[in-house]
This record gives sequence, C-alpha cells and structure tokens, in this order.
Amino acid sequence: MATPLRREDVAKVAKLARLSLSDEELDMFTEQLGQILEHANDIAALQLDDVVATAHPFGLINVMREDVLEPCLSRDDVLAMAPDSEDGRFAVPRIMGEAP
Amino acid sequence: MTLPDGWEMVVGLEVHTELKTTTKMFCGCANVFGAEPNTRVCAVCLGLPGSLPVLNVRAVELAMAIGSAVHSTISPSTFHRKNYFYPDMPKDFQISQYDLPINVGGYVDLPDGSRVSIERAHLEEDTGKSTHLGASGRIHGAERSLVDYNRSGVPLVEIVSGPDIRSSAQARLYASELRGILIATGASDGRMEEGSMRIDANVSVRHANEPFGTRCEIKNLNSLRSLGRAIDFEALRQIDLLNAGGVVRQETRHWDETLGATSTMRTKEEAEDYRYFREPDLVDLAPDLAWQERVRDGLGPMPAERRAALAARLNEPTSTQLDALQVVVDLGFDVLVAAALDADVDAGLVLARAANELAADAENIHSLTTDAFITTLLMEQNGELSATQAKTVLLELLAHGGDPRAIANAKGFEQLSADSLGDVVAALIQANPDEWSRFREGDEKLAQFFIGQVMKVTKGQANGKAVIAELNSRR
Amino acid sequence: MKSAIDIANDVRTGATTAVAEAERSLAAIRSRNEELNVFVHVDDEGALETAQRVDAQIARGEDPGALAGVPLALKDNLCHVGKLTTAGSRILEGWRSPYSATVVNLVLKAGAVPMGKTNMDEFAMGSSTETSYYGPTRNPLDPARVPGGSSGGSAAAVAADMTPIALGSDTGGSIRQPAALCGLVGVKPTYGLVSRFGLIAFASSLDQIGPFAKNVTDAALLLEVIAGHDPRDSTSLPEGAPSLVAGVDAGVAGKRIGLVRELLEGADDDVVAAVGRAREVLTEAGATVVDLSIPECRLGLSAYYLIAPAEASSNLARFDGVRYGLRVDADDVAAMNEATRTLGFGAEVKRRIMLGTYALSAGYYDAYYGQALKVRTQMINAFHRAYDQVDLLLGATAPSVAFKFGEKTSNPLAMYLSDVFTIPTNLAGDAAISVPFGRGEGDLPIGVQLLGPGRSEAQLFAAARVLEVEQTS
Repeated sequence: MATPLRREDVAKVAKLARLSLSDEELDMFTEQLGQILEHANDIAALQLDDVVATAHPFGLINVMREDVLEPCLSRDDVLAMAPDSEDGRFAVPRIMGEAP
Repeated sequence: MTLPDGWEMVVGLEVHTELKTTTKMFCGCANVFGAEPNTRVCAVCLGLPGSLPVLNVRAVELAMAIGSAVHSTISPSTFHRKNYFYPDMPKDFQISQYDLPINVGGYVDLPDGSRVSIERAHLEEDTGKSTHLGASGRIHGAERSLVDYNRSGVPLVEIVSGPDIRSSAQARLYASELRGILIATGASDGRMEEGSMRIDANVSVRHANEPFGTRCEIKNLNSLRSLGRAIDFEALRQIDLLNAGGVVRQETRHWDETLGATSTMRTKEEAEDYRYFREPDLVDLAPDLAWQERVRDGLGPMPAERRAALAARLNEPTSTQLDALQVVVDLGFDVLVAAALDADVDAGLVLARAANELAADAENIHSLTTDAFITTLLMEQNGELSATQAKTVLLELLAHGGDPRAIANAKGFEQLSADSLGDVVAALIQANPDEWSRFREGDEKLAQFFIGQVMKVTKGQANGKAVIAELNSRR
Repeated sequence: MKSAIDIANDVRTGATTAVAEAERSLAAIRSRNEELNVFVHVDDEGALETAQRVDAQIARGEDPGALAGVPLALKDNLCHVGKLTTAGSRILEGWRSPYSATVVNLVLKAGAVPMGKTNMDEFAMGSSTETSYYGPTRNPLDPARVPGGSSGGSAAAVAADMTPIALGSDTGGSIRQPAALCGLVGVKPTYGLVSRFGLIAFASSLDQIGPFAKNVTDAALLLEVIAGHDPRDSTSLPEGAPSLVAGVDAGVAGKRIGLVRELLEGADDDVVAAVGRAREVLTEAGATVVDLSIPECRLGLSAYYLIAPAEASSNLARFDGVRYGLRVDADDVAAMNEATRTLGFGAEVKRRIMLGTYALSAGYYDAYYGQALKVRTQMINAFHRAYDQVDLLLGATAPSVAFKFGEKTSNPLAMYLSDVFTIPTNLAGDAAISVPFGRGEGDLPIGVQLLGPGRSEAQLFAAARVLEVEQTS
C-alpha cells in the first residue's frame, strides 16, 4: 500500500512536468490527486507478483519500415509554426545546463 | 601516465555511434550530416502532435551487425521512453532501449592482448543540435540558443563496456579498436570530429584489489586525445580528493578541452527522474534466427583479422608500420595495400603513403585505381620521382584521377639525370668542406644535411636514395 | 435528416449535389452553433471546395466513393493539413497542422466533405466537454445538459443534424459515452483497426478513432472507410479492412450474449431497465442471453486512471513552447517551458499530467503504473475467458442519462466514474458499440453497450441493428 500523497510530492511532480502551481492550486491538487490515488490503492494492494505486465493489447512484433527516403516538410512551413526563429533555426531563450 | 603508488583506475566507456542508414530511425527523412538547418525534418522527427514512429529495418540490421561483431547475443528487445525536457529533443522524451536491449553481453579483444567486456549495445535516437548565441558561443553566458532538428531521430547504437579498462592508453586502444570494428561492419563512418561517434567515460579509482570506488561520468569526449586526457585528469582528481581525506561524489562531469579539466555538471541528487516506460507507439522487436544469421554471414573479417593478414606479409614490422596498418585497415585500404605488396613495392613505402597521403583524403579513394597507386609508388621506388613529387602525384590522383606518368609530366616532375645530380652534389661538397669531411669520417647524420641541400637546390626534384648513393660513391 | 448512405446514393445518382449538401450542413451549423458551441472551427471555404471537387468527379463520370458528398465533422484532435487543429487546448490555439491524419485522407478519398473541427475536452481528457478551452458544448437534446465527452462536439454535430456522421476518438469511452448521452450510435473499434497516425495522442495504448452516426448502417459505413492497415502506425493491425455494411442485417439468431453484472453496477434504474429490455429483444431475436460476472471490471477505473495519465504525461511533454503553439516568454528555456505549459493547459490536463508523472516516478512506478499494467493483463484474460463462453457481452454505456453542467466538475473522481462501463474495453483492446435504446429521466436517450472481442465489429453492428430496428418500429 502506497503512502498518502503529500503536498511536497505534488510540488515535486509539478516541477518534473514543468508546471507551476499557486499555493491554492497546490492544496487543491494535493486533495484531488490524493483521492484518485486512494481509489487506485485497490489495485496497488493486489498480490500480482506472478502476473505479466501488458503494455500492448495485442502482441505484434517486428513492425518495421524499409530504409527508403520520403519527402520532408518544407523549412518555411516548419518555421512558420515556430514561436520564434532565426537563421533557419528555432530560437529559444538561453539554455541553462547541458542535456542530461 | 602512471598513477601514484598503489592506485588503480577503473574505467568503462559508453560509445554512441550514429548508424549509416539512408533515412532516420523512425521516419523517411534523410540521415545526412551538414545539410542546411531544418531541411531534413518531418512531422515525426519534429515531434508534431499526432505523429507516430515506425522503426527503420536497416537501423535494426546495423545494430545486429555491431552486436555480432562484438560477440553479443542478439535478443528480443523493447523500446522505452526516457522522459526529460530539453529543447533539442522534439518530443521531450527520447526513444531508447532500456531493460531489454537488442544486443546483450560480448567483448572486444585489443591489439595489446587485453579483452574488454561489452555489457550491452542498444538502439536509440539522436537529438537535434543547439547553437548558443552570445559573446562566448558556449552554453554558459549565451543570450539565446538556436535549434536545428536535422539530427533529431538519427539512429544511434550505444555500446556500453564493462568496467574493465585500467589505463587511459587502454581506453584509447579500446575506442580505436571499436571504431575500426564499427567501420568494418558498415554501421558507422566512425567520424569523431563530425560527432558520428561520441564517448562518455565512467571513471573511478581504487587501491588494487579493493572494491570499486564511486564513479563519475565524463561527458563531451570528442576525440581519442580528449578521452585519454580526461580519464587521466579525472583519475588524478579523484586520487587527490581521496588522499586529502575527501570523498568522491557520484556525479556527471563535463570535460573542457581548452582548460584540460573536468567540472561538475550534475550531482546524483540533481539527476533527472527519467520515468522510463514502454514506448506504446512501438511494438516488440524479436529478430528471428534466420535474420540474425543473414546479418552475421554478411559481415566481412574484422580489423584484428585483417591487420594480422597484412602483418603476416611484413618482415618484422616496426611499430610505425603497425600503427600504419591500423589506419589502413580502419579505412578499408587492405586490398590496395595488398596489391602494392604483390607488385613488390617496399612495405614501408606502401604503408607510409597509404596511412598518410591516402588517409588524408580517404573520401576520394574511389578516384584512385590500384594500378595508378602501384605505378606511382614504383616510380618513387625506382627513383623516377622524389618523395615530394610522388606525394603530389598521389594527391592529384585522389582529387581528379588520371594517369600518374601523365601527371608527373604535366607537372614537369622529371627526375634529375644522374649526371646533373652528380654536378649538384659535387658543387655542394665544395661549398661545405667541413660537413663533407665529417661525413667521410663516418658521421652518417650528415647525409640528411646533404639531402636537404640537394632538395633545396633542385626544388625537391631529386630522389633521396639517389643522393645517398651519389654521396657514398664519392666518399 | 437524411442518412449518410442516402446522401451518398443521391449524390452518386445526381439527385442532389455535394455542394447542396454542404450548404445545407453549413446552414444547420450556422443556425445552432452559437447556442451549442459544437464546431470550434467551421471550414466553410474548404468544405465547399471539397464538395465542388466531388461534384466535378461526378460530372466526369467518376465515382467519388462510398461517402460521396457526405458532410462530416472531425474531432479537433485529428490533423487536417492546413486546417486549425487545437485539441480543445489553448496551447495549440491557432495551430495549423502541416499534415493530415490517415483517417482524414481516407474519408476525403471516399468523397466525404469535412465541415470543420468539433469541440472536445482538452486533449480528450474529460467526460462532458466542459474542459475545453473554447467553452463547453451543449447537448442539442437539452441545452442545459452536457453532451458527454470527450468527443462531445462530434456527438452534438450529429445529434443537431449538422452532419449525418462524425469522427471522434475513444480512449476510455469518449465516443460511446457521448453517443449514449446524445442518442447516437458510437463505436470504439478494436485497437489497431483504425490508424492513429495524425490523431493527437492522449493515451497511445488506449486511443482509437471511431464513428458517430444516427443509425447503425451509417456507423458501419464510416468505420468501413477508415479501417485498415496503415504502415505509418506501428500498432496498426496487419489484416485489411473488414466488410461491415453488408452484414448489418445478419441478426443475432444462435448467438450467445453475456449480460455483465459489473457493467450495470451503480447505474440509474432507468438505465438498468433499458438494458433489461434490450436483453428481451435480443432473446426474442434468437440470441441466448446469459448472466455473467467479470469482477476485473471493477478494477478497470483505477488501472485506467494510472495508465492513461502516465502515457499522457509523456505524450503532452512536447507542448513546451519551442517548436509550435503557445509560447510564454521567460529568461531561460526551462522557465519558458513552465510558463507556457502553466498558461496553456487547463486544470484537468494538469491534474492528469501530474497524476501520470507521479505514477511513473521513481519509487512509485511499481506500486502504481507497473501494477496497473498487470491489472490490464488480468482484464484481457478475463475477457478472453468470457468470450470463450459467449460471442458478445451486454451492459450499459453510461451510468445515467446526460447530466447537467457543473454537476461533476468539482469532483474529478465523480466525473471519472462516468466512464466506468466503457473503460474495460479500452484496456482489453477490444471493440464495443453504444446504441440508443429507450429513454430515461427527462425523456433523454439511454445507450446500451454491446462488447465483443477484437475484430468483432461486424457482429456488434448486427446485434446493435436488432436493437435499433426494435426501437424504431
């Protein structure tokens, strides 16, 4: 049985998901998510050690495509969607830190 | 480099190699280096809403080829999502293999007789590329960054070695051997300078026979030289820290080539929670035995075997020649070199020209016929061309093809006749009496002095061997 | 309102034109869209252009296809090249897709005329279409009530006679439940029968696109057009499209049907009574209806509300302000991502992203997500066992008729319970259909649900048709 959801858990999860929450939202989501997780405890409590997890309803395997070129999108169309672009590239504010 | 008394380094490498497919891993965009930014992108590799990945069969085949070449077991595998936010990753997750990789286990034998084990070699997709704008052009202090997604979704195989490496020299040897293997499988062009092969190193130190110490992962190793320097720096840093009574923190460190130092990028506490889970848009991969066999049968001999075959044709090869052999084999010049040896070209000469002039312009090797290569080397060997002239002819052959004799003629590369060489040497002996008498007394080093002088006077048109013969005849 | 089949026939024979049908549809949209908020983007120009192309084909003596000149509504999570595609979210406000979903290409190839994009719960997360950034959609049968969700706009478009057919998507009941609440036929096809390429993902392992129609035959016709293998979707079933329309009148004689106790638990009395009458009708038509229990269904809701948010948390990460859609500026890229997502997503989407992120995070994965995947296995096995005994299953689609606005918005769990009867089919990857049968509170329609194993759509249509015939005779 999992431990009850705490406010700091919600704060941590929000940060991971790149969402910022006001204090009131933090309270509200902690309560609501807590209720949902409490409901989910009916399955968290089950003894299912011998059961295999299913990620896909049907067991398809080896679905692949040939290594053949297909048309790309035009750069103009692609960059027209961009909130900001420069020099043929997507522009973003400064990046703090290297990719993990 | 030797570590302080009693200390030993423990190193494992993660080598990422881009696969030489025609298209990307999950879409039909071209997998090419150096195209105009964002011209090789589509809904899938830009992560547009609603797009779905479909696995490239050739990427799987090349991953299997790599696995076969490093003696892995090809296994049923799955794809996972590695979730983290980063602007060069269009979906903000990377599709990668996690607990069930396509290649499990294996090893690479190194030329020094050691063996490095392979833990796994799995498939994953590459990210886009960011350029940082601002004074420094580096990530720190940049005002803003620009992102190009041409590289996004390029197939990669990550080859993870066991913690079996004990010196920076061995790490370099392993990386270099693995690079040769990757090239031999046709999976990769092994170009570290273009980023098609990238290395992370896990480094820890310990007193011999004690349990492993805490490791740090070093990122951004873009050449064999950086790899060696970074490992040595990091091992010494950890030893100094421990000797001073400190502890090594598990962290990711960044190698700065200019400073020659590693620095903290991220501590273990700051590490992302990647929330790995099965990629629901892809199905399981389970290559059948027949397919595995076809891939294995399609592999040619690996570099070690090919080096041995060529080395067997050399008489007591020097270490320079052995190094040259490695280059020759990695670049796939085996047939060319063997043909030149068959034509009785001096082995030292063949290896030197192949590992230097040909290697420098390896991309154009197709312009050079075996006949033209052999003819050029024989002209040099027979004294018809000086070394400088022979090199010029080879470079011209690589650039434009053609007939070596015609090129030599067109460039006015007529070897000095014996008579005129004799005149030049006689004049130099007269002008340099001291050197000449020391040479006569047996100071062989002065031969080089006279060759240099002759070359100067003849603008490189003389053959070094002919000069020595001329000098000796007058001794 | 004419059926899709009749319109297509009339267009093909020249009794009407595609342009006339499109204009009729536009007039219907204009007359009630302001009141009901059904379409978020009405594509007048595009629709008339497409209709003209269809008429030109007819003029050239070509057959435009099975949906010749039939006006059609697209849920706004289906990409259509050059058209606004917002998935009910502010974060995609103004975004035009540069490519089309496979289903959109297929309906166009069959001669259908897309009229625009219909409102939906934001990113298909909801059961009432109240979470849309573009405001709620009203139920055409009673504008004080919700149309259900998340495909509430597509359901309302058909219920309000704006279009005879519409496409929606069903992740946990998002076609069947609004179909029930709006008195329509709605189908959740077998997972992999219809390509998901171009469907803005909510939960990839559960999402399926399916049809809404006023009658069983039109639903079968639309599903026949959109079904089939697609090399752009790795989870697409390898077999070809099934023949569906031809067998709608095959009946249920000799079929065994299981009435599932758990698919009635907690349902209102009027709903339970309707399912009871459906049992009688099916029996009279020659089926043997037996009582069955599938206790695993009780665990469906919990498993679903871990699996779907987990996948969604990852699927929705890409809405980060970098490449398309909304951006809220900030000093550095991480702050920009956060500001963009905070403004761009509504509360329900945030709730589910956080729930999913939590379920996948280190230390909780095994207890929640991992455990939910195992429950999914048990659900699949339980349905396999049931289908060893019977051909089809019977139950309610939704616990009640259409509810009033705001009734469940303050309590997410209560809202989630509206999907309790539909979720098991998504977890199992099987097929199910909701067919209107009887009326309940406020003379509002009730939906009866028929469930079948993978690729049993033809049988489901035949059984639903038996109920439909009884209903309309």
